[in-house]
Amino acid sequence: MPFNILVAACVAYVICLFLVAWVVERRADRGQIGWLRSPLVYTLSLSIYCTAWTFYGAVGYAARSGLEFLTIYLGPTLVFIGWWWILRKLVRIGRQQRVTSIADLISSRFGKSNLLGVIVTVIAVVAATPYIALQLQSVTQSFGAFASPTQDGFAPPDTESTAIWVAAGLALFTIIFGTRNLDAKEQHHGIVIAIAVEAVVKLVALVGVGVFVVWGLADGPADIIARIDASDIADWDLQPGRWAGLIFVSAAAVICLPRMFQVMVVENGDERHLFTAAWAFPLYLFAMSLFIVPIAVVGLERLPSSANPDMFVLTLPLAEGQGTLAMLAFLGGFSSATSMVIVESIALATMVSNHIVMPIWLRLRPSQAVSGDVRRLVLLSRRFSIAAVLGLGYAYYRMSGGSTALAAIGLIAFAGVAQFLPAMLFGIFWRGATRVGAALGLSVGFGVWAYTLFLPSFGPNAVIPAMVFVNGPFDIDWLRPRALLGVDSMDPLIHSLFWSLVLNTATFLLGSLLTFPGPVERMQSAAFVRVFDAAASGPRGWSRGMAEPEELLVMAQRILGDDDALLFFEAEARGQGKLGYLPDPTPEFMARLERRLAGSVGAATAHAMISQLAGRAMVTVEDLMAVASESAQIMEYSARLESQQSELTRTARALRDANEKLMQLSVQKDAFLSQISHELRTPMTSIRAFSEILTEGDLPPDMVTNYGRIIHDEAKRLTRLLDDLLDLSVLENGSVQLNLGLTNLGEMIDRALAAASNTKPERSFLIHRDLPMENIFLRTDADRLVQVFINLISNARKYCDAATPELKITVRQRAGRVTIDVIDNGSGIPSVSQGIIFEKFARLTDQTRAGGAGLGLAICREVMANLGGTITYLPGQGGAAFRVSLPLRLEREAA
Amino acid sequence: MTARVLLIEDEPNICEAIRFILSRDGCDVTTLCDGTGMAEAMRKGMPDLVILDLMLPGMSGMEILAQLRADPATHALPVMMLTAKGQGRDREAAERAGVNMFMTKPFSNDDIRAAVRHLTAR
Repeated sequence: MPFNILVAACVAYVICLFLVAWVVERRADRGQIGWLRSPLVYTLSLSIYCTAWTFYGAVGYAARSGLEFLTIYLGPTLVFIGWWWILRKLVRIGRQQRVTSIADLISSRFGKSNLLGVIVTVIAVVAATPYIALQLQSVTQSFGAFASPTQDGFAPPDTESTAIWVAAGLALFTIIFGTRNLDAKEQHHGIVIAIAVEAVVKLVALVGVGVFVVWGLADGPADIIARIDASDIADWDLQPGRWAGLIFVSAAAVICLPRMFQVMVVENGDERHLFTAAWAFPLYLFAMSLFIVPIAVVGLERLPSSANPDMFVLTLPLAEGQGTLAMLAFLGGFSSATSMVIVESIALATMVSNHIVMPIWLRLRPSQAVSGDVRRLVLLSRRFSIAAVLGLGYAYYRMSGGSTALAAIGLIAFAGVAQFLPAMLFGIFWRGATRVGAALGLSVGFGVWAYTLFLPSFGPNAVIPAMVFVNGPFDIDWLRPRALLGVDSMDPLIHSLFWSLVLNTATFLLGSLLTFPGPVERMQSAAFVRVFDAAASGPRGWSRGMAEPEELLVMAQRILGDDDALLFFEAEARGQGKLGYLPDPTPEFMARLERRLAGSVGAATAHAMISQLAGRAMVTVEDLMAVASESAQIMEYSARLESQQSELTRTARALRDANEKLMQLSVQKDAFLSQISHELRTPMTSIRAFSEILTEGDLPPDMVTNYGRIIHDEAKRLTRLLDDLLDLSVLENGSVQLNLGLTNLGEMIDRALAAASNTKPERSFLIHRDLPMENIFLRTDADRLVQVFINLISNARKYCDAATPELKITVRQRAGRVTIDVIDNGSGIPSVSQGIIFEKFARLTDQTRAGGAGLGLAICREVMANLGGTITYLPGQGGAAFRVSLPLRLEREAA
Repeated sequence: MTARVLLIEDEPNICEAIRFILSRDGCDVTTLCDGTGMAEAMRKGMPDLVILDLMLPGMSGMEILAQLRADPATHALPVMMLTAKGQGRDREAAERAGVNMFMTKPFSNDDIRAAVRHLTAR
C-alpha cells in the first residue's frame, strides 16, 4: 500500500478522534454528561492498559515464550477481582483528596511533601521512557511492514525518520488534545471518550484478525487446537518463579502506572463504576488475548522464519492479500499506541508541572503566586513536558536500537513503576509509614532498578561497560548488575525485580520505624488510612481570620478561572448563611479551598500557595487528639456535636447578619426622611428665593432670564427626584408594566453608552467590549434594561478614580441565561460597603452632587428583579464590578 | 459702613440667591463653596458675619464652626447656620457649638435680610 495513503488514513483517524473528543467536551461544558460517564465507558477507558505491546507484542511474546504472555493479563485480572480491598480505597482517597496524579497521592499522604512529589515524578518519567519507546517502535515497524514503495506515491522514508515523525505527530496531537484548557479538576471527558472509542477499535481489529485466522486460514477451532499441539508453542515449560514474578509485577503496574492511575482514579466519575469494571475489564482482557496463540501459531507456520513475530497481526493478513483487514489491524495498532501515549504523557506532564515547575516558580517568585497568571504557566509547562516526554521516548528508541522484542521493553517499565508499590500500599494501610521511609525506599528501589535493569537494557558498553557485567564495578564481584550478592541463577528481569523491591520495602520499613511523622503528616495519614470512616473529617489547620477573603478569591480565580472560582465562593458564602461572593475565612472553608486548588495544581503546591496568604498552617492539640483517638464512639459523638455546633454557628451568623442589616436599615430609615427632606428643600430654596427676587421687580432683562432659568432647572430636578421615588415604589410593588420584545443586546449597550456619555462628558473612557458575544437577541423589556446599563455606566463615569479610566463590558451565555459584567479600573467599593450599595439613599460619598439622590442602584435592583434577573457586586475584579444576570427569554407570567 | 459677609455654601444656585439678596441690601459678600478657602479669605479681611451651610463636602459646617470658635481671633465672630435638613437635633447641636442664628431652608428673603441686619447690628 502506498505510504501516503497510509499517512492519510492515520491523519483522518486522528481527526475523527479529535472531533469525538471535541463534541464530548462541548456537551460536558453544557452539563450534558449522561451516558458519557457510564460504567461501560469507564471500563473501556481502563483498556488503555492494552497498548501496542498487547496488540502487536503479545503475539510475538507467544511465538517466543508460549503462554507466558498471559501473566501480563492475569495480574490485572486478580487486582480487579479483588477491587474491594485496594482499588476501592484508592478511588475513594483520590476523590476525597482531589488527587491529580500518583505523585500527588504519595506526596499528599506523606504530609504534602514536595520532595516525594519530585522523586515519584522523576521515577515515573524515567520508567515511562522505555514504554513510550515501545509504542514508537511498534508504530514505526507497522509503517515499515505495511508501506511499499510505488511510482506514484512517495517512497516510505527510512525507519529512523519515520520514528521521529511519529513522535512529533503524537506530541502535537497530545498537546492539542490534552492541554487546550486547564480544568478545575484534572478530568478530561473528551479524552476519556476518545480512549473508549480506541478501545473498541483495537478490540474489533484484533478479534477480526483472529476470526480470519481461525475460520479463514484454518478450519475452525478444532483444526487450530490440532495445529497448536503440533507447533513449538506447545513445548514451552512453565517456570514457576518467573510466572509468579510476572503476575506480581503486572498486578503492581496496573495500579502504579501513571496512565492507569489517571484513568482509574483521577478520571473516575463514580465509585460504583468499579463494581462493573471488576468483571468487565477482565472480560475485555480475555477477549484481547483469546486469539493471540492462534495468530502466533498460524504466523509461524505460514510466514518465513525471518519475519518479526511482533508484526504477525499485520503481516499475516497482508501476506494473504486481505488489504482491508490489514488496514483495520494497522489502525488497531495505531489506536493502541496513540491512546497510551496521549494519556501517559498527559499524566506525566501534570506531575512535572505540579511537582517540579510550580514549586520552583513559587520559590523564585513568591509574590506572583497571588497575582500572576498561574493557569498560563501551568499550561505552558505541561505542553513542554509532553514534548520532552516524547523526546525522551524517541531517544530511548534510538539508543536501544529499535530491535528488541516489544514485551521485553514493556517489562522494564513495569518493574520501574512497581517501585511505587510499597510507599503506596503501606501509605494507605499503615498509619506508621513516614515521609523519610517513603523517600528512602523509593530512592533505593529506583537506584537498584536502574542499575540492574534499565541501564543494562541499552546493551553492554552503551552505559555500563561490558567488563562490569562480568566482573562487577571496580572488580567487586557481588555488585555485578545481573548477579547482586552473587545470585546469578535468576532470570535478569526477576533478579532486578526481586532485589529492587526487597531493598525498597526494607529501607521503607526501617525508615518508617526509626522516624516520627510531622503534624501535617499525622493528619494526612489518618485521612488516608481511615478514609471510610465517615466521622473522620478532613484535616483542618488554617487559623481563623488570617487571610482576606478577597485576596483568596483573586488567587482562586488565577488558578480555577473566574467562573468556577466565583461559583465556589458563592456556594461557600451561602453555606455560611451569607449573601454575595465573600465567605468568612473559617478553617473549614480554607481546607475546602485548599482541596479544590489541589485538584488543579497538586496538594503540595496548593498548600504552599495558601500559606502565603494565611500564614503557616497550625495544627492544634484538638486536631491531633481527634486524629489520635481510636474510639469510634467518641468520634461519632464529637462528629454529631460538631455538626450541631456548625448548624448553630451558621444560624447565629445568619441572625447576626440579619440583625446588623436591620440596624443599618433602621438607621437608614431615619436617614431616609432626613434625606428626602434635604433633597426636596434644596431645590425649593433656590426656587423660593429667586421667585421672590423676581416679584420684587426692577431687574435688568438678562438677569430675569437667568434667574428664570435657574427656577426652571431646579423645578426639573424636583420632578426627577419625585419620578425616581415613584418609579421605585412601582417597581417594589411589582405592579410595573413590562414592555417585552426581542432586542439585540449590543444595540442596547450602544444606547446606554450614548446616553451615559452625558454624565461628566469631560472624562474620556477607554471601553473594552466583546462585540461578537453581544450579538444576541434577548426577549426582555429593552428600555428597562438600558436604564440599568445607563446607571452602571454613568456610575463608573462618576466614581471611577483611575487616572486613565477604562470600562470593560463582558457578556457570557450559560444555560438559558446571559450575564453582563460591567467592570471599571478604579479602586472599587470597600467590602464593608458592598452590602448596602443597593439600598435606597446609600450614596457612599457626599462629594458628588451631580447624580440623583442615591436611588440609582436601588432602582437597578428592582428593575432586574422585575426582569427575572439579578444585579450583584463582584468583588476581586480589580475595580468596581457589577454583574447583571437575566434570562435570555423572559416569559410573561400568567396574570 | 458696609457689612462684610463670608458665605460658605456648596449649592451654586442658593449661593447666588443669597449673594444677590445681601448685595442689594448693601453688604459686601464673599462666597466659597467649601471650607478649604476660609483661612485665605479671612486673611484678606475679617468678615462681620459668616454664613455656613450645615452639609458641606469635606469639612462639615459644624466642623468649621468648631474651628472658628477655637481660634481667639474669630472666637466672638457672629455665625449663621443654614440647613436643609431642619431637624431639631441639628439645631440643638449647632446652638451648643455656639452658633448665633440657625435658619432652615427654604427661607424668605425678608427673614434672611432681617437676620443679617440683626447680626451685623446695623
